[in-house]
Amino acid sequence: MWNRISKHHLFWPLMVLAALLLFNLIYKPAFFSIRIQGGHLYGSLIDILNYGAPLILVAIGMTLVIATGGIDLSVGSIVAISGAVACLLVSKSADQNSLGIVLTAVAVSLGLAIVCGLWNGVLVAGVGMQAIIATLILMVAGRGIAQLVTSGQIITVSSNPYEYIGAGWLALLPFSIFIVAAVWLAAAWLTRRTALGLFIESVGSNATASRLAGIRSRSVIFAVYIFCGLCAGMAGLILSSNVSSADGNNAGLWYELDAILAVVIGGTSLNGGRFYLSGTVVGALIIQTLTTTIYMIGVPPEITLVVKAFVVFAVCLVQSEKFRNVLTSKWRKRRYQAEREVTHHV
Amino acid sequence: MFKRQYLPILVTVGLFVLVFLAGSFRYTGFFSLQVLTNLLIDNAFLLIVAVGMTFVIVSGGIDLSVGSMVALTTMLSATLVEQQGWPPSVVIPLVLAFGCLYGFGMGAIIHYFNIQPFIVTLAGMFLARGLCYIISINTITINDSFYKDMAMTKIQLPGGSFVSISVIIALAVVLLALYLAHYTRFGRNTYAIGGSEQSALLMGLPVARTKMLVYAFSGFCSALGGVVFTFYMLSGYGLHAVGLELDAIAAVVIGGTLLTGGVGYVAGTFFGVLILGVIQTIINFEGTLSSWWTKIVIGVLLFLFIILQRVINVRASKMKVI
Amino acid sequence: MTEQNPILDMRGIHKRFTGVVALKDVKFRLFPGEVHALMGENGAGKSTLIKVLTGVHDINEGTVTMEGKQLAISSPLEAQEAGITTVYQEVNLCTNLSVAENIFIGREPRRFGRILWKEMNRRAEQLLAERLNVSIDVTLPLASYSVAVQQLVAIARALNISAKVLILDEPTSSLDANEVRELFTVMRKLKEQGLAILFVTHFLDQVYEISDRISILRGGEFVGEYLAAELPRIDLVLKMIGKDLHLLAELPKSGSKEESRNGEAFLQASSLGRKGAIEPYDLNIARGEIIGFAGLLGSGRTESARLLFGADRADAGELTVEGTGGKIDSPRQAIRQGIAFCSENRKTEGIIADLTVRENIVLALQASRGWFRTISRKRQDEIADEYIKALNINPKNPEQLIKNLSGGNQQKVLLARWLLMEPKLLILDEPTRGIDIGAKAEIQKLVLALSRKGMSVLFISSELEEVLRVSDRIAVLRDRHLVKMMTAEEMSHENVMKAIAGG
Repeated sequence: MWNRISKHHLFWPLMVLAALLLFNLIYKPAFFSIRIQGGHLYGSLIDILNYGAPLILVAIGMTLVIATGGIDLSVGSIVAISGAVACLLVSKSADQNSLGIVLTAVAVSLGLAIVCGLWNGVLVAGVGMQAIIATLILMVAGRGIAQLVTSGQIITVSSNPYEYIGAGWLALLPFSIFIVAAVWLAAAWLTRRTALGLFIESVGSNATASRLAGIRSRSVIFAVYIFCGLCAGMAGLILSSNVSSADGNNAGLWYELDAILAVVIGGTSLNGGRFYLSGTVVGALIIQTLTTTIYMIGVPPEITLVVKAFVVFAVCLVQSEKFRNVLTSKWRKRRYQAEREVTHHV
Repeated sequence: MFKRQYLPILVTVGLFVLVFLAGSFRYTGFFSLQVLTNLLIDNAFLLIVAVGMTFVIVSGGIDLSVGSMVALTTMLSATLVEQQGWPPSVVIPLVLAFGCLYGFGMGAIIHYFNIQPFIVTLAGMFLARGLCYIISINTITINDSFYKDMAMTKIQLPGGSFVSISVIIALAVVLLALYLAHYTRFGRNTYAIGGSEQSALLMGLPVARTKMLVYAFSGFCSALGGVVFTFYMLSGYGLHAVGLELDAIAAVVIGGTLLTGGVGYVAGTFFGVLILGVIQTIINFEGTLSSWWTKIVIGVLLFLFIILQRVINVRASKMKVI
Repeated sequence: MTEQNPILDMRGIHKRFTGVVALKDVKFRLFPGEVHALMGENGAGKSTLIKVLTGVHDINEGTVTMEGKQLAISSPLEAQEAGITTVYQEVNLCTNLSVAENIFIGREPRRFGRILWKEMNRRAEQLLAERLNVSIDVTLPLASYSVAVQQLVAIARALNISAKVLILDEPTSSLDANEVRELFTVMRKLKEQGLAILFVTHFLDQVYEISDRISILRGGEFVGEYLAAELPRIDLVLKMIGKDLHLLAELPKSGSKEESRNGEAFLQASSLGRKGAIEPYDLNIARGEIIGFAGLLGSGRTESARLLFGADRADAGELTVEGTGGKIDSPRQAIRQGIAFCSENRKTEGIIADLTVRENIVLALQASRGWFRTISRKRQDEIADEYIKALNINPKNPEQLIKNLSGGNQQKVLLARWLLMEPKLLILDEPTRGIDIGAKAEIQKLVLALSRKGMSVLFISSELEEVLRVSDRIAVLRDRHLVKMMTAEEMSHENVMKAIAGG
């Protein structure tokens, strides 16, 4: 029984999350206290969910892309573009509080995010570029486009409907949590209740064999990049709405890396194939909890980077077959290594 | 005889000449030796970093840690010189050795644990950036006379123009890299590994050593780039050189190096850096254009060059000699 | 040939992998100036023996003696230094480097650490011209040359390392007839120069054309060493296959189901072809008919089948399925027309390694239904159980990852995937390769049973006996041409062999 639990893909991510929370509990017992104030729930745990929302969104999209054997480096830029466009449209309008204007702005920026995803999809599935190269283009150019939209300034808006997206409350909880839950459910439904999940895993595990089995690999790849772009777009809206401003330079900076990290922590292999949405969500929560913890214990927040670095190393080492071999059986002989390399590739 | 494999680098050189001439026709005062030398002065650190990156990409890997490594070097130099009072003659060799070691360590992890270079150097990037902040969150200004001398010294060239010492260092690195890439076993082994690591192993080439050395060399170049950047900025700061890895990768790709490894040119990287520099210069001359256009143009160039490489590759595979 | 001392002498070689004995008391000798063929079926231990010799695997017991000195080879580099080099079927060179570099890399002529390019190019040209009679531009990247030339370059590299023992591991599989002839010319020349050549191939003709001596392995054990001139073909085959031959003979002859065919055409290909893969060919397949494709590897068997399935696009000719014309441009279209294709490359083009047996079985059916018309989990379980039982797939757990299954069972899962589609034409490309003899017989029986139910089958195999046993008609391919269609009356081992050999 224990064996079955410890083999579950969520076991280690959850253990890490639990350990982090436990540390917080010991360090500051008030960490877990949640109080109701003015019909809203307040507390560190709620904050983690609230501030973690954009990252979870981006990471969910990234999970599907990575599962097909690809990667999307452009999500950070898409986050910036979508926030910038929405804020620009709202700020330029006559009545910033008009719901119609805000809905239009949201629709336009999500549409743009989809176009960005489509562009990546065209390069990867249509032209056949390596994903890391294809999305690098939009990562570089997209940041410039976001700055172009904001003219290098920070666009501020004062619009109640727009602020509701990232800073509003619905039935005790921050509204952004509901967005995340909706996207998570949608992704889970798409991948587990339709055949899309099977196709994604199939394409990611063996693209050639999938084509020969009659799977339209291209449309699958298109779909995941578009979905990933859309997720990044929503994350951009939440981020910019939360602070009522759009910053083309810094919004979504390094999001691609955090998202990839969350996916990898969640147990999805960077080589594609099997993917775990729930693992990704836990992974993103670990990253957010880590950031919050570091804030709380008063260490400069930039130090998070060092911790992240070690988390990446640790996770990758655990996933590395070679490393596990080192642990389980000692190096045996040096020649063993040559044998592995050759058999690995042949 | 014209060889097809040199086409990308010719396109790069041609593009540079074209953009430079376009700028010269459009703006008065553009067509001068000093504009050219300024390109080098302003981009000396990028050139050094991009040269290291060329080796990594040719070997089939990638190094995302270079920007952070530059920042860490400025930070280390600043704190050791200013706050600890160490002499530059100790500090500079020390940071260079540190860069080598850092790269070597990443290379070792990549090779021995068989983890993607992307991820390992990503962790390296986080770590180096984080270490900067552990030293200090604020800027540390450098007042040391040696650094100031290095920053201020102008080497006069005929025609009234001048270059900085950093330019000399950068050009020396380019020449050294050219020699390394084409005339040493280390260089050729790097190309071989980029072509096919499996084959290189079966041909009995020292794959492990070469891979680690490649990352060590990139680490060295980043550290040296950091030293030059310190001359340029006269300060250490954790936010220095943010996104430099992308510029370096872009310069390498625009220089005709295949991101999939095995094919690439140090000389191409040199012109790739110059193209990035000249675009920046034109945008400065234009005045009304803003800096973000640089990013957009680089993105477009990246796209065009990657497409060009694909076209050349597809055609090459269709036209076998025998 | 004089009976001098062997240059290489391996004795009592044992090699065990976790739980599996790959080599059991194997011996092997190699004399200078001879071509020695190492023969054996898949799983006989040929490749393990070669990997032992090249330092990829270490041995558990036994001795390797080279020129009287005992060797302990533990890496490819050490093998090279001892004078043993290997040229593989898939050329293990760096195609991005120039020809000269590929010959010399790792041992380039240098002065003070500086590589002397002119000297290197000159020596490369000289080496290729003098020892291999090849004259090419050595400064071009290797990628600009064909596989045949690349192999010669690999041999040149081996020679330059002053190889005394040259191992050619299935070098002819991807060469055409002319290229094979050229390779043999080179091999004869090298033999005269005193080199000892270990030659591995599947092609009997080539063995007898070039080899002086033959060693046979079977199931990891040494069967015997013979002079080629004194070992009749049939004996060679018997020694390779061993006593398992009678197992296959139990199958019913194909003629017995003649009456079940109604002769109605299912598929007609006219002048279907693709440049560089297969010359235009005509083919008719009737309902319930089994067409065998015979021919050597690289004769265009797989390539022509891939056109029928749309795995590659035909650039000439027409394809008519059930009377409706048009091209099949993608596997999806072919599947919709009722065609299924089991690729010969099980690992790369067949199984989805990360998925379970169940998922692998329902994959094609689900793909044909699209994203939203899902198969319920309950139905999936039923399907998986049904086929696991019907095809005797082991282990019987549908939730097992397919990568943990043996080759034969993976093949059965792939068969299940396509049988589930109830195809009208099933293309089987080497369905029995690399699987044990029992599973082989099961698959052959299955094919016959399917055709009795009205399914057309296109059966591709390197094993002529197998093709002869199951097929109603046989198409013989040679050098990328479909050279002959044989009816049941014309079909005999001799006739097919003649057609394959041509001339």
